[in-house]
Formats: sequence, C-alpha cells, structure tokens
Amino acid sequence: MSDTLTAPAPVAADSKAAALVEVKGLGRIFDVSKPWLNRVTEGLPRRLLTAAADVTFAINRRETFALVGESGSGKSTVAKMVVGLIPPTTGEVLIDGISMSNPKHDGDRRKLRRRIQMVFQDPYASLNPRWRALDIIAEPIRAFGIAQSSEQIVVQVGDLLKLVGLDPADGVKYPHEFSGGQRQRIAIARALACRPEFIVCDEPTSALDVSVQAQILNLMRDLQDRFGLTYLFISHNLAVVRHMANRIGVMYLGRIVEVAPSRDMFRTPKHPYTRMLLDAVPDLDLTGRQRKPVEGEVPNPVDPPSGCTFHPRCPSANERCKAERPKPLPAGTATVACHAVQEGRI
Amino acid sequence: MTSPVLSVRNLKVEFPTRRGVLTAINDISFDIGPGEVLGVVGESGAGKSITGTAVIGLIEPPGRIASGEVLLKGERIDNLPAEAMRKIRGKRIGMVFQDPLTSLNPLYRVGEQLIETITTHTNLSSADARKKALSLLIEVGIPAPETRIDNYPHQFSGGMRQRVVLALALAAEPELVIADEPTTALDVSVQAQIITLLKRLCSQHGAAVMLITHDMGVIAETADRVAVMYAGRIAEIGPVRDVIKAPLHPYTKGLMGSIPSITGESDRLVQIPGSMPRLTAIPTGCAFHPRCPRAFVPCNTFRPELQGEQRSQVACWLYHPYPVNAEAAV
Repeated sequence: MSDTLTAPAPVAADSKAAALVEVKGLGRIFDVSKPWLNRVTEGLPRRLLTAAADVTFAINRRETFALVGESGSGKSTVAKMVVGLIPPTTGEVLIDGISMSNPKHDGDRRKLRRRIQMVFQDPYASLNPRWRALDIIAEPIRAFGIAQSSEQIVVQVGDLLKLVGLDPADGVKYPHEFSGGQRQRIAIARALACRPEFIVCDEPTSALDVSVQAQILNLMRDLQDRFGLTYLFISHNLAVVRHMANRIGVMYLGRIVEVAPSRDMFRTPKHPYTRMLLDAVPDLDLTGRQRKPVEGEVPNPVDPPSGCTFHPRCPSANERCKAERPKPLPAGTATVACHAVQEGRI
Repeated sequence: MTSPVLSVRNLKVEFPTRRGVLTAINDISFDIGPGEVLGVVGESGAGKSITGTAVIGLIEPPGRIASGEVLLKGERIDNLPAEAMRKIRGKRIGMVFQDPLTSLNPLYRVGEQLIETITTHTNLSSADARKKALSLLIEVGIPAPETRIDNYPHQFSGGMRQRVVLALALAAEPELVIADEPTTALDVSVQAQIITLLKRLCSQHGAAVMLITHDMGVIAETADRVAVMYAGRIAEIGPVRDVIKAPLHPYTKGLMGSIPSITGESDRLVQIPGSMPRLTAIPTGCAFHPRCPRAFVPCNTFRPELQGEQRSQVACWLYHPYPVNAEAAV
C-alpha cells in the first residue's frame, strides 16, 4: 500500500476524552398536512409529525455509537441531521465543536465537510448507474482537491479499491456489473476517499445476505482500527449492533429511551422497550426459552400516546406513565427514560 | 412413517434465455410430513423462492419444470392443467408472501377477500362464509374484528395485514401452507408475533408448512427440519437442532458463523469469501468449491449427491467416499 492513504495523526490521550460528535436536544418536525386548498375546503387541521425529539448523545473519538429502533423510530432522521442533510427544527449537532446548523460556523463547516462521510443502506440506489466505479470513488477526491493530477487520482482510487478488497482493474466497470456486497464496498471506498474521521452508516448491511454482511462488518471494523474512524451506526438488527457498537442508544417514536454500553445493555437491559426488543430476537441457541408475548405495534407518530409514548405497550405502566413524560436519568452505566426504572419498580 | 403431505422428487426448473438455458433449481428432493414445518434457507439466488413457486405451479413462462415431480398426498400436481391447479391453490395449498400489501387487493375490503376465498373453495353460503371470516380474524388476533372486517387493506398496519394474509391462507383449511419470507418486511417485535401465530395456527389446523426465509433465527424458532440451499441445490437437510448446532456442510458452517449473535462474544465474524455464483456461471462439480475452505481433489469435477444414513443428509465429498477415478480425472 502506498503512502497516499495514511492514518490521521494519532490523537493525543487527553483529547480522546473529548467527544467528537455532540448531539444536543435534537428534534425534527415534518409537516405532513394535506395541501392548503384541501385543508381549507375540508376544514382539516395541520398535521405535524415529530420524527425526532430531545435526542441527546455524544460520540467519543474512535468509538462506534449505534442507534437501534423499529421502523418509524426516527433513527434515519437523526442520521441525516447529524451529517447536515436536513436541518433540525430544534437543538444542534456539534462536530469537533463546530455547529452543523449555526450560520456563524459556515466557514468552519465547509472545512468540516471533508471529515464527515455517509454510507447508505441500498447500494443499488446510492451509486450513480452511469458512472464507472473509479469516477464514483474519485468524485470526493476531486471535489475536495485532495489530489491534483489525474495520475495521482488514479493511484489513490486504486489504493482505495484494494483497501476495500476489490481489484483496481474493476474500477472501469459500472455499478450494475457488481454484486450487492461489492457495491457496498465501492460505497465504503467512496466514503473513505477524502480521509474522513467520522462516518455515518445508515443500515449499511440491511440489503445484503448474511455471509456478505459478515464480510462488510469485518471490513468496517478493520478500517476503523486502521484509520481511527468514529462511526455512528444505524441499524434495526440488534445482533449486528451488538457486534459493532461500543455504546448503543435505543429509539422509540423519535426519542432515545435508553443509552448504555453495548455489553451492559445486552446483559441487563433496563428500559421495558429494550427488554421487549431483546426478547423478540429469534433465538439461534435453541435454548427453548419461553418468550414473553410481545404486545401491540409501534403507534402512529402523527398521534403519539400521552406521557411516556411506550405506555400502551408497557407491562409496568401506571398512571404516572400515562400523564408525565419521563426524563432521561442515569441508572448504573446506562441513561434511561422510564418512571418504572427510576422509581425502582422494575 | 406416515406418508408425506408434500413430496418433491428430483425437481429441476429451467429458464430458457437468449444466452442459453439457466437452471434455477437442479435435482432437488424433499418431503414434508403432516404437521411438520420444513424451513428452506439460503441466500439470495439460492433458488428457495423458485422452489416454492414451482410447488404451487406459478413459475412464470418461459420458465418451466424441466423434470421431476411434485406430489401432494401422493397425487402428482406438477402436470395438472391450469384450471385444476387453480382449484388446488387456496384450497389445498395456502400461501403467505413477503409483502402483505401486494398480496391483498387494495380495492376490496378484507372481509370481501376472505369471503370470496371461502365461498370459492367451500360450499358455505355467504352468510356462513362471513361468520367463518369473522372467526378467522379473531383466530389471527385482529382486535375489534366486527368493524375491521369492513376495512380496506391500507387501513391496517404491516403486522395486522400479515395477520389478514395468514387468515386468507388458512381460510379453506389447506393441507400445506407455503410461507415465502412471511416476516421479512416486518419489525422484530411484530415478527415475533407473526412467527408465534404461524406456528400455533398450523399445528392447530394440522397443516404442513414450507417456510422459506433467509433468516436462520426465524428457522431456529419455527422449523422442525431445515433444508439449506446453495446455487439451486440442497446442500444439507436435517433436523433443525442438528443443522444449527452441528452443521456438516462447509457452506452451512460458514453461514452459521457469519451470523452475529446477541449472546456470544462480539469477536470477528466468520466470513465466506466471494458470493453466490450467478446462474449463468455455476461452477462445475460442487457449486460451492471455489468458496470452500476444505475443497479437495474431487470437488471441482464431481458433483456430490445428497446422502447420509444419519438424521441429516449432506451433499459434500468430505462425508462420502469420492469416486475412485477422481485423482486420475484431475
């Protein structure tokens, strides 16, 4: 491997403690009302969908932080706000102390862009079908002016292809000539092209078969060790999250209900929703354990339940849960938003 | 041993294309006994869904069953005329597909669809059929069925829709249910509900189930036996516990190792190099040999057959005496 791909400068021990990414009270409301004329003629009110609310977490350097939740829990909305693809309604995202939405930081933010990349779920949709793989990977190199001459770009693209386990000669092929796993490798090579520090991965293996998923997950961990990357990893698959993450945040209806170190969360889940999710995962060990019947489905986020939004499905809900929204408070190594946990009822 | 509900013998499905004939399924055989759940597992392109569609006679032309037989309770059904086959589908074989939104007609109320299925396949009057439809909705756990029976599919959530599809599949008391990725489009918490429901209903109705999925977890929870497919063939078939706990075929071993677990330690996953071959380029001999860590002399020339006297059968030369002239042939 040539020296075009060097790891970022080693991070000093003291700065490791400072979080690279800080998400503070992040919220996003989407307007899902009917068109104005329909609202007037049919007398309908505005309908607002709270996709995310009060989302707060921090990601340390070289750490993998995962967000898990079922569909509609707001995990992808948070991912898009973190990279600045959609602006937040409330709260802010600070990356290395620079706000992703504050206009005062516009100049700094431009420099920050190179240090953040994203890998999307569907490698069939995230690669331009009319571009050759090498042009796809070279685009960020050109856009950020990382290499000047075309010879240098060719060398760098070849190195990147080798890095993700593809043959540099494959660069002349178009995306349709690759399998799903190979396409996701190209997407990862593109994300690495501008030598970022922080990569947001939104369900990177959900569209892949298990044996290919294993290849991609192993590759992502190897790259993290080699380049000191920080990941925000979004997934609905708890086993994948356990494999990848140092810390996990569980989302339900746009809010984080529990944040805990991966090991602790799987050993002693605290929030009733986390317990329910873990209990619902099919058991490969054939222990014959009896599952608790899981009740109900995720409610419509346009019209969420009062108080704690999980109370209609929660086995330990009481009157307080129906009326008052629980605040996230520390509980052991975790931070949990649940009255029952905070009152010591469960 | 009781006679099997479904018996597939040496089934081969081909798709003629301009660039030659593609063999999607090559010489597969299996049985499903009464009340048994057979899991069919494999990665995309392994041929598991084609196996299901071949059994119900829904292979899209120009694809065709090239050879082999499909027997339902001892009668051949693969060579029946389209009209006779249409009567068997829904009546004797129920079907559950992956996406509940596309398997329900969006223009009809769910009650109408259930009543249509019931009156087509039984001689109940429409009033009785409505009663039966209501009892089915109660059975699959739809809350407030008296009002929900007159709702349209879009008024149901994903999990509720899949419950309606299950009710439709069981409406005519079929002998066999083919469930093709029934939980793949659903969230984990709902998936667990649907698996439990599918298992309970089929054992209550005594129906045999062919459960097609890529998710080993679902198989582990549901199936009695499992068939692992690779490149259009069965690599290994056996009781679910044996295949999951002590897999024989190197592909099954790799597949099991590549699944991240929520209980084990999170060290490196086992990875199988490469990916499933395309139908246009299936390797000679054992189709898995280019990816196999234990491939040896006979693997690239001779195709192993599924055999074994134990409870599990495996198609791999590691477990069978390979042809004596193998070394000479290489």
